[in-house]
Amino acid sequence: MRPFEYVRAGDVASAVALVSADPQAQYLAGGTTQLDLMLKDGVIAPERLVDITGLPLSGVTRREDTLCVGALTTMEALAADPTVAGQIPFLREALLAGASPQLRNMATIGGNLLQRTRCRYFRDREVTACNKRAPGSGCAALRGPARMHAILGASEHCIALHPSDLCVALVALDAVVDIEGTGGRRSVPLTEFYVLPGDRPDIENVLEHGELLTRVRIPLLPAGARSGYLKVRDRASYEFALTSAAAALLIEDGTIVQARLALGGVGTVPWRALEAEEILSDAPATGRTFRAAAQVALRDPFTVPGTAFKVELAQRTIIRILRTVSGAPS
Amino acid sequence: MGNTRFTGADVDLTLHVNGCTRRLHLDSRTTLLDALREDLSLTGTNMGCDQGACGACTVLLDGKRVLSCLTLAAQCDGRDVTTIEGLARDGHLHPVQEAFIRHDGFQCGYCTPGQIMSAVALLEEGRAGSDEEIREFMSGNLCRCGAYPNIVAAIREAAGREGG
Repeated sequence: MRPFEYVRAGDVASAVALVSADPQAQYLAGGTTQLDLMLKDGVIAPERLVDITGLPLSGVTRREDTLCVGALTTMEALAADPTVAGQIPFLREALLAGASPQLRNMATIGGNLLQRTRCRYFRDREVTACNKRAPGSGCAALRGPARMHAILGASEHCIALHPSDLCVALVALDAVVDIEGTGGRRSVPLTEFYVLPGDRPDIENVLEHGELLTRVRIPLLPAGARSGYLKVRDRASYEFALTSAAAALLIEDGTIVQARLALGGVGTVPWRALEAEEILSDAPATGRTFRAAAQVALRDPFTVPGTAFKVELAQRTIIRILRTVSGAPS
Repeated sequence: MGNTRFTGADVDLTLHVNGCTRRLHLDSRTTLLDALREDLSLTGTNMGCDQGACGACTVLLDGKRVLSCLTLAAQCDGRDVTTIEGLARDGHLHPVQEAFIRHDGFQCGYCTPGQIMSAVALLEEGRAGSDEEIREFMSGNLCRCGAYPNIVAAIREAAGREGG
């Protein structure tokens, strides 16, 4: 690892000014992605790390029907919040399905949103073909073993997966992120925050260099809505998803009045299944409806031999979580 | 208020380790794990995978379990660190340490300091309600010898719970 200058940020404005003015500077929060990629894999090598963990950006507050989550709130702290447990329980399930207790005590919500892909080709400097790490160099995952890779939003330039569980529930909830830059503040819906790889997989989101994610605002579900998160993986715990699904349904007299559905383990970005939601809306809460929604959600996959199994697995994941949340017999 | 910068690539910091205040001058790249082992000679905390996947390096930071291999020492300035060396009181082992011995909660012992630190935190978090819950919330600590059943039994006993 290259030496770097360590800077302790004193306030948000100073931190943003420092990083914005220095292309070689990066923020450091919980460190579980940043230090892994720097110290261990050597994939990134900033010359200056600006530690923001002392900034007053942690804590959860409720304002009417919105939960405001400071970007430095840890995953464990958010999972322990009573409003999360009571009103948006699938967010808690998604949080606790991710990583381990130790990592969840370290990892921040902002960092979770900005975590880098676990693609082994991206994380292995010995691999030369990686458009995300070295634009224009190709994609080794297309021809090599690929299992933990994306099938939705992928392109012939990149099939790297966004590995977050939390973000799957957050995009289903229409969360909004607040961003601080040298030019002021702006807010972006999380569904518009991430950028599909296209032919520039090195660009992952709409943040400009130096912009700081300060807060996530989460609209709560309507009263009476039920939600759940299902994660399918290679071992029972402490493993990334092969497929996952976050679902929230408001059902009245057997009819789905409102539906939210998002997928993990399959997308280059946390994947909101809007077309499937249209199938679910105003339809009877039955297995037939759920199967139709699952078909539509996976209608246009980009698969390689190693990831082809994910199409059916994701469909079954969707059907099962919809059955569980709706209380329909399975 | 402004940012705090250091000269060159070094940092000055103070750690409160197992109740003792230690002042350090370190390369900014130093992890908490390296500071404990190399600079403070507290070799009870072990390095396993060194990339946050195995839990062998688990310590308590301000009372919460974290991975010391993925924590910069510089980020721990002024904070309380508890390692396996800090669990015993007045010459008596911590109840979790005693339970691990009674139940043979290890074979080679390499992951054990991390297992025990994690288990101490798990009890504090109130997550020993069932064997299933213990297994889930100990899943960040791998044991390649496969001593898991005895580890769960030790934690169950330390939690004061009977049977499965």
